[in-house]
Amino acid sequence: MVTVVDASPVTAAQVWTWLGEVPDPEIPVISVVDLGIVRDVTVADDGECTVTITPTYSGCPAMEVIAADIERALRERGVGSLRIATRLSPAWTTDWMSDAGKAALTSYGIAPPVQQVIDISALSHGVKRHAIAQPVVACPHCGSTHTRVTSQFGSTPCKALYQCLDCREPFDYFKCH
Amino acid sequence: MDAKFEYLLRQGDNALILSQQLSQLCGKGPALEEDMALTNVALDLLGQTRLWLTYAGEIEGHGRDEDRLAYLRDARDFRNCLLVEQPNGDYAQTLTRQFLFDTWHYFLMRGLLASSDRRIAEIAEKSIKEVTYHLRRSGDLVVRLGDGTDVSHRKMQDALDDLWTYAGEMFIYDDVDQAMVEAGVAPAAAPLRDAFLGHVAEVLAEATLAMPSLDVYFQRGGKQGRHTERLGYILAEMQFLQRAYPGVEW
Repeated sequence: MVTVVDASPVTAAQVWTWLGEVPDPEIPVISVVDLGIVRDVTVADDGECTVTITPTYSGCPAMEVIAADIERALRERGVGSLRIATRLSPAWTTDWMSDAGKAALTSYGIAPPVQQVIDISALSHGVKRHAIAQPVVACPHCGSTHTRVTSQFGSTPCKALYQCLDCREPFDYFKCH
Repeated sequence: MDAKFEYLLRQGDNALILSQQLSQLCGKGPALEEDMALTNVALDLLGQTRLWLTYAGEIEGHGRDEDRLAYLRDARDFRNCLLVEQPNGDYAQTLTRQFLFDTWHYFLMRGLLASSDRRIAEIAEKSIKEVTYHLRRSGDLVVRLGDGTDVSHRKMQDALDDLWTYAGEMFIYDDVDQAMVEAGVAPAAAPLRDAFLGHVAEVLAEATLAMPSLDVYFQRGGKQGRHTERLGYILAEMQFLQRAYPGVEW
């Protein structure tokens, strides 16, 4: 019988700390924890560590890179027995993004989401489309809220394109989801 | 024939074929913003395809995964509705096809949130957020182009009149759909159709476009595997690599 012996048993709290140092591959100023992708960390009695992650957008090409980055980071820190699970429900929402993450986005030049979650009912029959409230998005460069959306879709699935009407700079806005 | 397997294929194939068609426009959009929107929508739909086809393969139980289902079935085995295999055409046609699909897709996903099948409800919960953005965008653009110049108005009305005959298949329920309704898996046809027509009418009115007649013959057959010639060409391009180099990976 082969017994796998780890150098030292890890705790879930340690793993959370380590995951807080794993950057998002597309927005490297924010960690996968601050982004709200990591939903659960458990360490079983036999030492197996399970990290549960959830996709941001179902087609997000970064998910496989994120899983690989998490695995590499934990293996480098001596986690021998590791499993990465994916969970779909409850679906990821920008509401899970931490305040630290939102502040990091702003200083990186990306306006953070301003509402909690997208209102999926805002298109129902009987609701006038133009009555849908548009979010007030502040420019991450000058802080002005005098901004306009130039495209609902940006350089990645999670972002929209905006322009500041005061400092005239274009910028990315992290969409509510 | 397992009704749930068939039903899942229909969802996966709709998303897959439309995603493939939109992907062909990458780098060819009429404006940078539109190019990015089209490819973002394509990416969302591809992600949803993976969720549907993976589950379909598990229900079938013959060991087929998402890739085998996507790349190694022939046209007769595809279950997408005819609307999504219509050509990209000019931008009015691309957009009108998208608006009709998005509207139906949105109300279907809302219905599937209450599905008795937990996995389906979870996929709908994930998809509905993305589809809401898709429909907001396509609805806005239908209004801008319909209520735009004389030329854009005419092109939009022509595209709508041409594609309308493909806008009814989703609501013509067969034994598969009916079995899913009875099992509490899928929403019934009538309320779905009413919601679809209500939203389409609202947007078309704002776009100053004339709503086509409901008293037409709606084309059908895609859900049962009887497709237009065009699907073969779409698959020829999409499946080329796996046909030429079976099992190749990167």
